[in-house]
This record gives sequence, structure tokens and C-alpha cells, in this order.
Amino acid sequence: MMHNAGYTASELLAILSARQLKDGQVVFAGIGIPLLAATLAQRLHCPGLTILFEGGVVGAFVEPGKLPPSTNDQRCTVRANMVLGSAEVLLLLQRGYVDVGFMGGAQIDQYGNLNSSFIGDPAHPKTRLPGTGGGNDISSLTNMIVAMKHEKRRFVEHVDFITSPGWIRGGRTRSESGLPVGGMFRVVTDLAVFGFDGETRRMTALALNAGVTRERVQDNTGFNLDFSPDASVSEPPTAHELSTLRTLDPGRLFIA
Amino acid sequence: MTTVHSYLKLRKDLEQRDRSLREKVVSLEEAASFVRDGDSVGIGGSTMSRTPMGLIWTLMRAKRRKLICSRCIISSDGDLLYGSGVSEHIVSSWFSQGILWGVSKVMRHHVETGKARYDEWSHMAIGMRFRAGAMGVPFLPIRSMLGSDIVKQRPEAKEFDCPFTAEKLFLVPALNPDVALIHVQRCDAYGNAQIDGLQFMDIDLAMAANRVILTTERIISNDQIRRAPDQTKIPFFAVDAVVELPFGCAPHECYGIYEPMFRHMEDYVALVNKDPVAGMEQYLAKYVYGPKSWTDFLNLIGIDEVLAAARAGASIYDA
Repeated sequence: MMHNAGYTASELLAILSARQLKDGQVVFAGIGIPLLAATLAQRLHCPGLTILFEGGVVGAFVEPGKLPPSTNDQRCTVRANMVLGSAEVLLLLQRGYVDVGFMGGAQIDQYGNLNSSFIGDPAHPKTRLPGTGGGNDISSLTNMIVAMKHEKRRFVEHVDFITSPGWIRGGRTRSESGLPVGGMFRVVTDLAVFGFDGETRRMTALALNAGVTRERVQDNTGFNLDFSPDASVSEPPTAHELSTLRTLDPGRLFIA
Repeated sequence: MTTVHSYLKLRKDLEQRDRSLREKVVSLEEAASFVRDGDSVGIGGSTMSRTPMGLIWTLMRAKRRKLICSRCIISSDGDLLYGSGVSEHIVSSWFSQGILWGVSKVMRHHVETGKARYDEWSHMAIGMRFRAGAMGVPFLPIRSMLGSDIVKQRPEAKEFDCPFTAEKLFLVPALNPDVALIHVQRCDAYGNAQIDGLQFMDIDLAMAANRVILTTERIISNDQIRRAPDQTKIPFFAVDAVVELPFGCAPHECYGIYEPMFRHMEDYVALVNKDPVAGMEQYLAKYVYGPKSWTDFLNLIGIDEVLAAARAGASIYDA
């Protein structure tokens, strides 16, 4: 679906979340928009970004037009610095070598908890989703950025099931659960960019996307949103960002 | 509930294996006889990579039943294990055909109707379960899964206060499968195996399992192994059977040799996601029970697609 501005929601998501990454960081990226956005950041403002994939890749440099279908395929390893076992790369999270975790999400709540396991009662699920993969490990052990489509059914007060923990039930509940480090840092959607309050740990809108009103963000959210008093407006994607992105994904595998 | 073996049993089982330097080359059909009904089966590779598909295909044809299958991330191989009736119990961190195709309707059908069980662990937890098994210890501590609802689904694992730091840790139980199925690029007739590229959890899996069946793109001489022993990732004494099986991961990929066969995967997904029961039956009849041999199965995928996948696979060395 094209916006009037001439880019799709997925393109906007990829570009806005790429802007969240800083040169020199070590980022652990999931498949889809995160892989694409991290690769885009590498081609734009982060030439020294080190991308890790759960398949066992350190320092990925994915080739334009050859996006991998998962983070466990050989295409992930092209021009990487190192290839190792999956457990070894996941243990880098635990040891603390990773600055940022970067994932997509199916369902998120006000405290940034993610659900990719069950819709409905886990004992008799309406839908069994694929599960965590590395998501739980990444969100338990790093500062997380999540990129996802903004829909009311995806932005709920409480997720049906916490697959990948954010701030759990807010306040200090994350550290009290045995997770003393990391936590949900940013949520990037096709409507806005969100952070989390330092005390309550509730989701707070930090910047609206160009042309998006507060009402529209609230109407598409299943809980009461907080808006930062100095909430800004994100710059729309530039022609250079869009053309670089489209060169990376000419087949529109992830930016349909 | 818990499936951790006693250390004495693990040692005794290993003691009884013939660990001598001997030739172990068998046919695909003979290899299937190393897997018994009800076995716990660890599957090598991850997602669509280095899947021991030829062995899984043979187990379906041999009508094995009630296998408890574990794999770090499971793809269409998991669909087939459920759909063929070979397994009603899969242990993994992620189960679907692939992100390109959304949520597997086959997985959903079997789990949501209660026909089959899917035990979910974090990816690192699966890795530490195989590692504990490979280390000969009953568990390993990890710092993830805590605080999540996955913990409530896994009573066989335990939260634990560290005796040194008093921190909360999560103890995951060792996983020592009865049999491991692993596909490699090269090995010798004794089972010394070389793995190129992504090794996933295969080394821990091989060392944890009580029997290991290897399929390999090609069998090389022991002299070739001895010329580059640093390339050997699995030692012969952990291996019980070796099958030479070119394109043994089809339609999935084998690092440096072939990429996934996407047209076949697309056709498969369209068929089974349209109707997870009738579509699966149709697929199994045509591609699993129908062919006379693995080569015959590759013929059904089509020489053009197999060659295209091989060309793309080898291109990894051009970059």
C-alpha cells in the first residue's frame, strides 16, 4: 500500500528503524524488516555496524538483491567476519557483547512485552504462532528495538502470552523477574516512534510520523497511550534512503 | 515429566557402542533401521539449512511412529513429521515453514486440534540443553526465559538461586536424544565429518546423542580427512552410520553446495496451507511415498530447479 508520499508502510518502518541504529554498535537482528533495516543503516550512516544473526553470523554484510529467507541461511554469511555455532552467537548476548537487539513483533503491550506464541488461551489456543526463536533470548539480554505495523489488534493492553519480555508489568518487575539488564528501548511503527517511561515503564510516544495525528495513533492502539510533552515529528524518508532501500530489496521480499 | 537420563545410564549406553575405527557406510533404508518407534530424535541443521531431509523422508516411508523430535528451529520438516504421523511431539524454539510464508497451517492444525504437541523453548535454551547433554551434566543455567510465560509451559526446567551470587537463574535440563540425524558436506567411511559454514548446534547434538546417523553430500577418503584434521567437526567414534546422499537436504539448502529450492517450497506451502490435511496427503503421496528412490524424488523436483539451486549455492564462494 503506497502512501501519498510515494512509499509503503514497510519502507517507512525500515527507514525509521534504521535511523535508530548508531555507527559502531553491535546489533543482533531478526529476519524481515530488522535484517533489512540494519543492512540499510550499514549502507547509510553506520558503515561500522556489526550485525549478528542467530544462525551463527558475526559481522554480516548482506548483498543487495540476495536477502536471506531466514537468519539461518548461507546468504547471511556473505562477507561476514565470522561464522560460528548458533549457541555461541546467542551466548554473546548473555556475555554482554551486544548493544542492541532488533526484532519484529506480532503482538505488543503497554510494557513492551511481545507475544509470538499463542493467540487466546495457551491451553486451547485460537492460534498457535511459531514461537520465540531467538526473540526471548534477545529481549531478555539486550536493549531492544522493535519494528512493527501499528494495528489495534497488535497493540493491546496485556499480551495473551509473554514470549519475549519487555518491562513485564512495569516498574521494577523486569529486574525482579531475574532480568537485571536490557529492556524495551524503542518501538518503531508506521505511525510513530515510542520509548518507555523511566519509572512506570509504560509506552510513550516520542515522535509522530509525518502527517500522523495523536488521535490516529490513539485510535489504532488498544490501551491509553502517553505522549511525551516534547513529542516531535519524524522526518519523512528521503529520496536517498528510499533508493538505497529499494536497491537492497528489489524483489520486495520484506518491503511489500 | 523430566527426561534427563542418569549419568550412569548415559555412560553405560556409550560403553556399549562400538567405537572402533570401522566402516559404517549403509543404504538410506538401512540407516532408517537405526531409529526405533518412540525414540527421541535430534535433527541437525536449522530452519531450511542442512536439514537431513533424506533421512526424514526415509523415516516417513518406513512408517516410523511416535518419535519425539527436537530441532533448534524447525521448518517444513516439522510439518512433514506431523503430517505423515511419524511424530506427534516436537521440541523447538520456532516452528513454521519460513518467515516468507507466515504461520504454518500444518503446525496450527495439529497443535490447535490437540493431535500433536509442540514444546517451545528459547533458541539458546535448546542450545544449552544439547550442550548439557554433550557435556555429560544434567543441566545448564541460563539468563533468558525468566519472567516470560514460556517458563510456565516448561515445568521440566527450574528457576534457581545461584549459590555464589544469589542471582535468579534458569536451569534447563540436558537433552540426550536416542538418535541424531545430521547432514554434512563431507565425511569418510568411518564417520569423520567436515561441516562447512553454519554449524548450528550439530556438534553438541552429535556428542549428546546415543546414536548418530550421518548423511553426506559425498564420502571422501580417510587420507583426505587426515590431511586437514582441523576441518573435522564430528569424530568418527560418535557416528554409527554413514549414507552418501547427494542433495540430501532437498528442497532445503546445504551450505556452499545448493540454496533452497524455492519453487518446490512455494508449491509445497501453497498446497498444504490451502488444506493442511488433504494438501499434505497429496504431497506425501506424490513426493514421499510415490518415488522409487531419493534420486526419483529429485527428478520430481526437476533438474532445472536442482541445478539452479546448486548454482546459487556455489555462488557463496564468489563474494
